[in-house]
Amino acid sequence: MANSKVLQDTGDLVLNRISKRYGDFCAVDDLTLTIPDGSFFALLGPSGCGKTTTLRMIAGLEEPSAGTISIGDTDITTQKPYRRNVNTVFQNYALFPHLSIFENIAFGLRRRGIKDVKSEVEKALDLVELAHLAERKPGQLSGGQQQRIAVARAIVNRPEVLLLDEPLGALDLKLRRQMQIELKRIQMEVGITFIHVTHDQEEAMTMADTIAVMNQGKIEQMGSATELYEAPKTAFVANFLGQCNLIKVRVQSRSGGKVVVSAKGHTFEIPESRVSSSNDSLLLGVRPEKLRLDGSGVNSIKECLVTDRSFVGTSTQYLVRTPWDLELVVFEQNDEGLHDLRLGDKVSLEWDSEHTFGLDGAQDVNAGADLDDDE
Amino acid sequence: MAFLQGTTKSQSGAKGDSLKKRSLTPYLLIAPGLIWLITFFVIPIFSLGSTSTMVRPQGAQIGTYVQELRFANYVDAFLANQEQYVRSFLYAGIATILALAISYPLAYMIAFRAGKYRNILLVLVVAPFFTSFLLRTVAWSQILGDEGPVLSTLRFLPFIDESLRLTATPFAVVSGLTYNFLPFMTLPLYASLERIDPRTLEASGDLYANGFITFRKVTVPLSMPGVVAGTLLTFIPAAGDYVNAALLGNPSTKMIGNVIESRFFAVVDYPTAAALSFTLMATILILVTLYIRKSGTDELV
Repeated sequence: MANSKVLQDTGDLVLNRISKRYGDFCAVDDLTLTIPDGSFFALLGPSGCGKTTTLRMIAGLEEPSAGTISIGDTDITTQKPYRRNVNTVFQNYALFPHLSIFENIAFGLRRRGIKDVKSEVEKALDLVELAHLAERKPGQLSGGQQQRIAVARAIVNRPEVLLLDEPLGALDLKLRRQMQIELKRIQMEVGITFIHVTHDQEEAMTMADTIAVMNQGKIEQMGSATELYEAPKTAFVANFLGQCNLIKVRVQSRSGGKVVVSAKGHTFEIPESRVSSSNDSLLLGVRPEKLRLDGSGVNSIKECLVTDRSFVGTSTQYLVRTPWDLELVVFEQNDEGLHDLRLGDKVSLEWDSEHTFGLDGAQDVNAGADLDDDE
Repeated sequence: MAFLQGTTKSQSGAKGDSLKKRSLTPYLLIAPGLIWLITFFVIPIFSLGSTSTMVRPQGAQIGTYVQELRFANYVDAFLANQEQYVRSFLYAGIATILALAISYPLAYMIAFRAGKYRNILLVLVVAPFFTSFLLRTVAWSQILGDEGPVLSTLRFLPFIDESLRLTATPFAVVSGLTYNFLPFMTLPLYASLERIDPRTLEASGDLYANGFITFRKVTVPLSMPGVVAGTLLTFIPAAGDYVNAALLGNPSTKMIGNVIESRFFAVVDYPTAAALSFTLMATILILVTLYIRKSGTDELV
């Protein structure tokens, strides 16, 4: 059939200044992105941030309003989806209900006129460990099994790029964890580029080599999970990945690799390399688990009040109010150094300079907070 | 504690009551339908069955029959009306195929492409039911008549003979049948097409199938329940129809429905009419069973 017409390019996937507008609404805004060949890449963002639209443009299911998409040296911007060497795992799997599992997986192979359909399908079924279900219909499978069949149906074609659109969204927590590991294993085995769209920051951090955090059609920041977590560049990224304490501060001096800042009479230090703005008004960020309930050290706030306490197994989470009524979150590991504070206790906070980061102070302190679980 | 026990007891009591009530409810719900069916279907069918084997005694008055269990009535009735019998299924078959060919694109368009006009189009599909079936059929004899729009348009074409007539032809009968049962074809088709998850169509495109192959391999198989339901709803009544043949046909386009009608009301030959009705019913039942088996949609219907 149309086998020779499917493009067989290899190389990096490059999105060059692509935009997608629906009337007045701009879903994807002038996005430029290079996804290295063979990587596990995650597009992370809250619902409506444009990540699924981006994915659909790569698949060819939407056409960009502007910009180009290419794999290696070939421009695929206007190629029909059935000509692209790209396959998709759809959000609700979109298996063909009238075909057996075997025929579902064989669908792409048959369209391209591949000779040895049977052994290819069996290999794919072995990869997802569901060989015994080949003769069933999709309706007879559980959600997790359907999910794995959807992956097998896409992977069996050995595409250059595999797109995963919230593939674990419909699964319960335990199964999701299991599938995350499974998908990571499959990616390593087949070595093709995976682009994973998700709103679950933990999922993105567990699986992807590189994460691009998207917000309102733009990429806020791109990097490894550690980079994004330890050194976010915007308040949105700081709040969207895990929890973060952000304190409004003013710069006092910049010298000797240190930036000295102050807030309500307290002075703190941030390493200059971890400050991403030259503005005089900054947001000082520090993760809850980096805060210690102690009062020595350079960066400390005394005379704080415990306002809430919750025990969550591995740690105890405190809400602590500073003298100027700012609530900070503190995680304390449940080991021998446990303080076991009660509500209303007076406490001091301190942290190490190298665990802080400075962001531009003109941003909304709450940007990206409480967005991750709204779907 | 005693209070708690009290509530549990009364709760379980209520449960028992509702259980008893619930076990009676289905029967009450089914009763009207059941009574209706027994009065207007089961009893008549037995009376029809017994009529079919009756014989008119020698010299008895017209319309007087006695039961003699003469099953040869069936053979006689069939042999005498073979021609109309075969013609009925032929016309019904052609009308069904034509209706499918017209309805599929229409239903597809309404389901996938109509957007905000979807409901208006659906109303238009059902709109013919707002007027009488009989009147609409009569209207067709005017549409196809010698001075009607169809023929006067056709006459512009060079190869059309002046003497061409469309009324009182098989063409007119089949057109009438096709037209009259079009909504019965369109609505089930629409219902099954509309149920298709558009993402399965996207998935097909994603898996290297172009538009035509997606249609053939995904859309058509998934719409089969609608095709089966639509063809049955068209074919069954069309095979037994007599209005179209009576109003739009001529004596040589008579269908089995016309024979039954004239046997009952004109000739007053009840046994033959009853035997023909039964043969028609049995044939349709066999054809439908074979058809559903063949199309492999028994689990989907």
